[in-house]
Amino acid sequence: MDLTLSPSEEEFRDEVRSWLQENHPGPEPEAGLDEVMAFRRDWQRQLHAAGWAGISWPKEYGGRGATMIEQAIFAAEATRQEAPAPANVLGLAMGGPVVIAHGSDEQKARYLEPILTGEEIWCQGFSEPESGSDLASLKTRAVKDGDEWVVTGQKVWTTFAQYAKWCMLVARTDSDAPKHQGLTYFLMDMEQAGVQTRPLVQITGEGEFNEVFFEEARVPDANVVGGVGNGWAVAITTLMNERAGLAFGAISQIQNSLGRLSKLARETPANGGTAAEDPYFRQRIAQLHIEVETMRLNAYRGLTKTMQSGIPGPEGSLGKWQWADINQDLTELALEIEGAYSTLARGSGHAVAGGAWQYSFLRSRANSIEGGTTDILKNIIAERVLGLPRLR
Amino acid sequence: MYFDLTDEQQAIKSTAHDFLGARFKSERLREIAAGESGFDESGWKEMAELGWAGLALPEEWGGQGLGIVDLAVLFEEMGHVCAPSPLLSNTIAGLAIAAAGSDEQKERWLRPLAEGELRGTPALFDAGHPVEIGKFAMTAESDGDAVVLNGEKTLVMDAASAGFFLVATADGHRHIVESGAGGVTVIPEESIDPTRRLSSVRFEGVRPEATLPGAGEDYIPVFLRACVALAAESTGLAQRALEMSVAYAKDRQQFGRPIGAYQAVSHRCAQMLLETENSRSAVYGAAWAADAEPESLPLAAAMAKAYASDAGWRVPDAAIQVHGGIGFTWEHDLHFFLKRGRANAASLGDAKWHRERVADAVLAGETAPASS
Repeated sequence: MDLTLSPSEEEFRDEVRSWLQENHPGPEPEAGLDEVMAFRRDWQRQLHAAGWAGISWPKEYGGRGATMIEQAIFAAEATRQEAPAPANVLGLAMGGPVVIAHGSDEQKARYLEPILTGEEIWCQGFSEPESGSDLASLKTRAVKDGDEWVVTGQKVWTTFAQYAKWCMLVARTDSDAPKHQGLTYFLMDMEQAGVQTRPLVQITGEGEFNEVFFEEARVPDANVVGGVGNGWAVAITTLMNERAGLAFGAISQIQNSLGRLSKLARETPANGGTAAEDPYFRQRIAQLHIEVETMRLNAYRGLTKTMQSGIPGPEGSLGKWQWADINQDLTELALEIEGAYSTLARGSGHAVAGGAWQYSFLRSRANSIEGGTTDILKNIIAERVLGLPRLR
Repeated sequence: MYFDLTDEQQAIKSTAHDFLGARFKSERLREIAAGESGFDESGWKEMAELGWAGLALPEEWGGQGLGIVDLAVLFEEMGHVCAPSPLLSNTIAGLAIAAAGSDEQKERWLRPLAEGELRGTPALFDAGHPVEIGKFAMTAESDGDAVVLNGEKTLVMDAASAGFFLVATADGHRHIVESGAGGVTVIPEESIDPTRRLSSVRFEGVRPEATLPGAGEDYIPVFLRACVALAAESTGLAQRALEMSVAYAKDRQQFGRPIGAYQAVSHRCAQMLLETENSRSAVYGAAWAADAEPESLPLAAAMAKAYASDAGWRVPDAAIQVHGGIGFTWEHDLHFFLKRGRANAASLGDAKWHRERVADAVLAGETAPASS
């Protein structure tokens, strides 16, 4: 057992740390989403030029071939320094790995480089209005027409669809096959008349994600990834990638939030002292620190296990569940500490910390829904980790 | 970065798992729990032969010289069977003499303790006084050069089978009093956990055999290591309660299906797994700190004991709900796990006490442990 970094890992961390310190572009602009995306595109170009885009990708595809521990170090360090996200998060974390794992040589040559540079943004067309957790029930249809497919249907919760060139689209190509077998994974060009996007306004007032409507949209046969009818297996790869890449960045992000929460507690008057001296708040804050530490240590245990076995196990679901719980608790506690002032939000001169916690509170409501709901994660844990019988 | 047991630690785990599983089957656990002393002489001898009495005590004084990770591995397995054994109290007494005793005292008391021939137990808390970690009411009265002890200690573990007591006094010292010494009376108490007996011990004009030279803060590392061992034991309790629940939920049929197919049951089991795994991670993180990064131990041990204090009884508590009526019967073993978990939660500082230590550290600005 050794919870320290090896000398070469420390060297890697120091390299990441100092590069980020020297090249950090500062906070994201407090403006509309267009400005934020332009800022993130610049940042991604900078990352790519220095070899930090797609660090998990093999070197032959333009990545860095970083080990899992190096990926963890990079994610933790970038988040610790509050580096902006790259513009093409979904392309880097999911699209690229899928093309690398399942794509043809032509697809690799065509798609990978623009993902890394951020020149082409990717989005994910999985969920539909009637297919959420039960993804395999999706209804968007693709019908063969010569060497093209004609796609009709609707996707939803499609993050950054309004900026995307490519959509990782899962559509039904065989309605007679069992639901998991009739699906195909396509790379759909979003820049065509048959594709319309409409932003969905979230409870925060922002519009990160969209509804996407396909009306006889066209996708060439050459854009099928992993073979017709194999869409479910390909889609599962992307979901596994999503989970494996997130844990360490998420932990650093919560550690940053905890630092801000402690500061808030120290600065907020309560009962003639500060909230940091209030026994109830102290207990709650301590418990959050303990939970985050267990999450960090679980992630280390998971990483050790994955390095030994080569594949992430279903235990990864525990971390995502825990992250959602902690992040929600943390923002709820911040509002409790603010007390009556917690009713003032961004834009009010008297809002505490510029209304940042009100935003975080609202945004974190989605944490137990996005990327696999907590209820579904509990099913996965019950069935795949504990071996309990399936209800279905 | 490698967060898993080494091959040697894995070997300790499987030896302990097999031995304890065979030794403390339900019938035997019940016999010991119902017995007069609560002590299992033959089981102790076998544990001593395996070197467990001195597992984490120095080789120089007859111990195995292993680390706190190894000790945590052992205690997790002890918890897995809710072992009725004085190993915990004996280990704490051994760590205390190793930390604060003179060489002569170690030769006389620590060596036989580490070899399993003589058992010791701490006698810390004063009857009728509130329990505060590190604060003791009994005074070490002096009679010329000699020390005299008067008063009553309580919540003393395994007193009936111990060879000596380590008696704490207000000046922060520990005094060695043999259990057969004149003026010592052991009064067994009814404890919530019948598999770990608690007693009061009355001292009337007792002259201790020895006073350890170390005092006060010298015992902090002993306390922190004891917290890790106890938290490991609670993790083992939770693990076993989870295993029993999952097995039952697969087997028990209602409405034509195994109850584990219903999300009210399966999600409860998932929650139990989460708490058990969190507890285990916190315990091994702290155990590793004890061995490799002692400056991180105070915070890590507080986190581990706080978390395991809760998980160690809540998981068995949830297990009783999964089992329904049968889980509430004396006949089912679950109640032993709930009772031990509840007793562990309140021993060596409860969750609230340890969270307060965490709050002290994190609100002062020391946040994440050094190793990330």
